[in-house]
Amino acid sequence: MSDHHANGSAPATSERLSLMNYAPPIVLGVALTFLSSWLGLVLAPLVQIGDQGPIPTLEGGLDQYPNPSVGRLELGRQVYIENGCLYCHSQQIRPEPFGADIARGWGPRRTTPTDYIYDKPHLLGTSRTGPDLTNIGARQPSAEWHHRHLYWPPSTSPGSIMPSFRFLYETRKIVGEPSDRRIVDFEGVPEHLQPPPGYQIVPSEKATALVAYLISLDRTQDLPVAGAPTP
Amino acid sequence: MSLTVSPPGRSGPAPLSERAAASRTEFQDEQRLRAARRTAAIDASTRLPVLVYFASALFWLIMGSVLAILASIKLHAPWFFDEASWLTFGRVRPAHLNTMAYGWASMGSVATALWLTARLTRAPLAYPRLVAGSAILWNLGLLAGAIGILTGSSTSVEWLELPPWSAPPIAAAFVIVSVSAFVTFARRTEKHVYVSLWYILAAVLWFPWLYTAANLMMFSQPVSGVPLATLNWWYAHNALGLWFTPVGLAAAYYLIPKVIGRPIYSYALSVIGFWSLALFYNWNGGHHLIGGPVPAWLVTVSIVASVSMIIPVIAVAINHHMTMTSHFSVLKRSPTLRFVVFAAVAYTLTSLQGSMEALREVNRITHFTHYTIGHAHLGLYGFVTMMLFGTMYYAVPRLTGREWASATAARLHFWTCALGVVLYVGALSIGGWIQGMMLNDAETPFMKIVETTIPYLQARSVAGGLMTTGHVIFLGLFIMNLTGFGPRRQGPLTWDERADSAHRGHQLTRPSSSSMSLKETRV
Repeated sequence: MSDHHANGSAPATSERLSLMNYAPPIVLGVALTFLSSWLGLVLAPLVQIGDQGPIPTLEGGLDQYPNPSVGRLELGRQVYIENGCLYCHSQQIRPEPFGADIARGWGPRRTTPTDYIYDKPHLLGTSRTGPDLTNIGARQPSAEWHHRHLYWPPSTSPGSIMPSFRFLYETRKIVGEPSDRRIVDFEGVPEHLQPPPGYQIVPSEKATALVAYLISLDRTQDLPVAGAPTP
Repeated sequence: MSLTVSPPGRSGPAPLSERAAASRTEFQDEQRLRAARRTAAIDASTRLPVLVYFASALFWLIMGSVLAILASIKLHAPWFFDEASWLTFGRVRPAHLNTMAYGWASMGSVATALWLTARLTRAPLAYPRLVAGSAILWNLGLLAGAIGILTGSSTSVEWLELPPWSAPPIAAAFVIVSVSAFVTFARRTEKHVYVSLWYILAAVLWFPWLYTAANLMMFSQPVSGVPLATLNWWYAHNALGLWFTPVGLAAAYYLIPKVIGRPIYSYALSVIGFWSLALFYNWNGGHHLIGGPVPAWLVTVSIVASVSMIIPVIAVAINHHMTMTSHFSVLKRSPTLRFVVFAAVAYTLTSLQGSMEALREVNRITHFTHYTIGHAHLGLYGFVTMMLFGTMYYAVPRLTGREWASATAARLHFWTCALGVVLYVGALSIGGWIQGMMLNDAETPFMKIVETTIPYLQARSVAGGLMTTGHVIFLGLFIMNLTGFGPRRQGPLTWDERADSAHRGHQLTRPSSSSMSLKETRV
């Protein structure tokens, strides 16, 4: 084995003659390895699963699965994105017996590319500091529950380390009748975060949209391909 | 002796050892002096851009540390600063990642890459003022991006959270850096292309290409769904593998032989290590999606590539270890070497850990847990950050003409950061593993898992406090160095604890002084 200096003494003959002393072979080589991985990890999946469409769910194709998030749902998705929910919550169900996703009741089946065809950007997530949300809408369809939970997480989930999202809520003076969107149940919420007499806590447009989006998360639809066992 | 103004020309890097000092002839001294002057002139050509990039990197390191501590505390004390939307965990965390990755680690890597390029090509750096200007563009872009993330414009695509107005200036600045590196290389006067330069050439070609391609495909193409996830992790893993890793390895390949004054053990291993990294690393991304709704072949290919990473990692580890053999005592004296060797060991560990984590049976437990975060920090902190510190300890005095003002502070810096990252990785690895085991047991209530992880998350905050303390100390040292505190560099340096000038903490020794390596010196 020959010596190899950091700009030091004269290299051995084999080193002096090495192709590694020239830019073209290095640049060409690293460009090709890089391109190969782009073809493999980016282009190939795009070709394989990039052109999937929704499947008809009612006889005669009257309805489809999945449906794109539009209007308020899309705004809710944006709220989910801007507040970084995915840093603690995933949206993917792994097949049995790979993890206990299904056994925990997070979903009836593994998720497949079809479930996400309208997701841009994708929100698969890489962390489960909190529970998976793939099917949170099916699991917890109550808007009232979600608002209480977002306003003060321990009120519905004692021991939770989820931050309070009360910056998405407004404290408003009650003028006439109280709003029917207000949070009614303050059990477990610290006193200083409860509305003073004559006031109410109402969700902002963003909170309403976020909850609508969460409730829309339901990927329990039967899909024939989801039976495939490979993790 | 050649901790000095650097590569002593054709006579070989001079060792810090007393034997070499004794056997040196006057002729060699003369040669070395001339080589040292040449290197000093080349260093001078990099002074402005490299110092601007290093200073910017340090600014972001402090910003990133504050965000890190905020995010860390919030995970075990969620009420901590929870009133304001811009300080919510889901914004602070990506702000931390992006300031650290694109501010600290990337700008530090740019400085390292350019400084090494000029030295190793023996050519003055091309377009130094333009490169320094690119740092302004980069900083403004990143500042606007970080504020954007905090105010609700994050894209929530991990590693690509910077909003659309932030990524283009950073990419443009990077292109300027790449052009400068390639033009400098084209003007090289040194025919032998040293291994560090292979890595740098590859890195400055890969990263701007990768960054631009990923941003364009992610945000401006009509692609949606799962293909975006594979794109996401192709990008994110390559940011580590094709940018931070090659620059970090380039620094290790340069500084280890340089400081101990001995050539790299094996040329053949260097070549194998380089090409196997180029071949395997960029296929790793799919291992972030194991079990996910992606084609099984893609995950399998990525697992194979991840395990194959053992080849480059072991090649580099053997090469560095054999170079260090019987020179480990230099670790006591050289702050540079301490940081660099720590980083090199962390690289080996985190890479082997990564190969294991990619195995389906291990991933079944570690995926979605804090274990992954621990692994990421062993890589980006233990390896990349410590390597950057080591590089700065070596390069900055040669650029400013001033030595570091305090050996004690440097020692504190090392130990707070080293202990910090060990505690960090230890706590999250153990806590994360337990979390994963519990998650896989459907009978364990979720809240029980949350409760179990809290002590480990608290330990992580303590670790973050230690590391941040080290960062602040180093910032102080850096500012003092820049503003003219600290002894003027006259020749090679060793840290000498016994120095009579106790208030200075160390003293400089000239090349001809036989006292330098006889003293028991430590940092």
